[in-house]
Amino acid sequence: MSIQVNSIYKSFGDFKALDNVSLEFPTGKLVALLGPSGCGKTTLLRIIAGLETADSGQVILDGQDASDRHVRERQVGFVFQHYALFKHMTVFENVAFGLRVKPRRERPSEAVIKKKVHDLLALVQLDWLADRFPSQLSGGQRQRIALARALAVEPKVLLLDEPFGALDAKVRKELRRWLRRLHDEIHVTSIFVTHDQEEALEVADEVVLMNQGKVEQVGTPDQVYDKPATPFVYSFLGSVNLFHGRVDGEVVHVGPHQLVHGGSTVADGSSVVAFARPHELTISKDPESLGVYAVIERVLTFGATSRIELIGLDINEEKTSQNYEVELTRLEVASLNVAEGDHVYLVPKKLSVFEHKGTAA
Amino acid sequence: MAGGISTALGAKSVRSGQKVNGATQESPWVRRLIIGTGLFYFALFLLLPLGSVFVEAFRKGLDVYLAALMDPDALSAIKLTLIVAVISVPLNLVFGVAAAWAITKFNFPGKRILITMIDLPFSVSPVIAGLIFVLVFGAQGWFGSWFLDNDVKIIFAIPGILLATIFVTFPFVARELIPLMEAQGKEEEEAAIVLGARGWQVFRFVTLPNILWGVIYGVVLCNARAMGEFGAVSVVSGHIRGETNSMPLHVEILYNEYNFAAAFAVASLLAILALLTLLIKTFVEWKAAKVNSELKEG
Repeated sequence: MSIQVNSIYKSFGDFKALDNVSLEFPTGKLVALLGPSGCGKTTLLRIIAGLETADSGQVILDGQDASDRHVRERQVGFVFQHYALFKHMTVFENVAFGLRVKPRRERPSEAVIKKKVHDLLALVQLDWLADRFPSQLSGGQRQRIALARALAVEPKVLLLDEPFGALDAKVRKELRRWLRRLHDEIHVTSIFVTHDQEEALEVADEVVLMNQGKVEQVGTPDQVYDKPATPFVYSFLGSVNLFHGRVDGEVVHVGPHQLVHGGSTVADGSSVVAFARPHELTISKDPESLGVYAVIERVLTFGATSRIELIGLDINEEKTSQNYEVELTRLEVASLNVAEGDHVYLVPKKLSVFEHKGTAA
Repeated sequence: MAGGISTALGAKSVRSGQKVNGATQESPWVRRLIIGTGLFYFALFLLLPLGSVFVEAFRKGLDVYLAALMDPDALSAIKLTLIVAVISVPLNLVFGVAAAWAITKFNFPGKRILITMIDLPFSVSPVIAGLIFVLVFGAQGWFGSWFLDNDVKIIFAIPGILLATIFVTFPFVARELIPLMEAQGKEEEEAAIVLGARGWQVFRFVTLPNILWGVIYGVVLCNARAMGEFGAVSVVSGHIRGETNSMPLHVEILYNEYNFAAAFAVASLLAILALLTLLIKTFVEWKAAKVNSELKEG
């Protein structure tokens, strides 16, 4: 089932949770709603589910306006961050709940329920826990049971609210791979909310980046990571080096230095912010190179890459408050022959330029 | 009251903590002094009066004791007290659960006012509570003449006693459940609704099992108060022997007539009820703490 939301507004008192959000979620895809806490992603998910009502705007499920449809009739499955399993019921009864509360004429027979529950428990690989109570399970197991419970009513859409948020790092990692495989198996249109960029990029077919109630960018994980549309996306996804300056033709003037950028739509002379990820910068000792002057503070090498931390230098060779980070391979570090305390130039291999709007990142 | 269950939880952790840390313990004589003082107070103000009730009740022998309870007026008082409890407790149970459910699971205008109003009977003296009903329903009251014309007796009759009792026991169940349900949040209910459960199914299969022990706890306290209430009932009852005397009022009358043995005999029944209430309350607290700790581990 396709999901579409049209110009959704929602505020809680003075706080604008969603500010004119319009999105389309394609059928059968796994989409991540990604953003910092308070950006409105959970509110959007709850509005799609019907657990929250938008102040204005429409939720369209399968081409039909479902804004006024009751949660029960929306045929969604919802997975909560803290599982929300029924504590007094066994795992079996939890999964069977959605089937048992159906109106009598739609309710499957006991034998059918039994088979279905066991099939679902097998799907989440926890068949052997059917008689346990939720309190006897680990967090990861509980979330898988919650997922099986949501799937029992054969939802057209699966909504997951920070499904791995309450789990420790190792279990999170395992479970998100497992969710990806499960989705490839069942192909239910799914939306999951997360504030963990790694999780979103790794699991989702498509990522929706949200900030302060607005959609910043929609795209595949590669698109949003490699071609961030806004300064916010740039700084939210992974670490980044930031340069403030003024654009002038092919270069950005940063203080007394110049950086070559890869083309920009910003008018000459405007004040800009320029971004480069740590791996998009190199280091040069050549004074002729177009780069920002800095001093190497630390060189950290682990595995195949080295992370080099630098601090900017002004014309008097005094340290500024600017910090930079560069990622190079071990070989590059060796061939450059750099050491802590060296004065060097930071040269971007790729530089993205955005107009400076005062509040931006 | 509302903190009863959590206090029981706290007591448990203190008990297990005591053994461990010698460094933070007081010297033995300080400990003995403090414990001794506590025990002395307990004996003086609780054990002694309770014991004296039973001693006095049986002072003239078992025959007098039984005769006092078999007296028609006593039987009628017992019957009235039971009737009042049987009617008022279920009513307040329904009200309390409904109010707690509405307050904790929904947002609606006037919610704050409702929360405040629920506490009103606790902050008003029971005698005033009784007087309110006399003023409203009594012969000189607002609706008094209408009731008189239609031959409906409220004050100095069982309906008045019921009204007064319901008023004073009004908050027990709701007060017990509101913090409990607030702590449990709405997520399980939301999960049930998304799974297709209807309102009453959500309540029956999800909410009620989660609050069951809280409900029982509230009912036990409510019942104890309903049977033991003196002040409010005294004002509206009119003290008509054999008709509108509840057990506490009957005790007072017997005592005022210097019929001590009979007074204490009836009082002993109320004392037994109190002990029974304590016993059930302790059991429920223990049970609720067990359920809670299981949930916390989970």
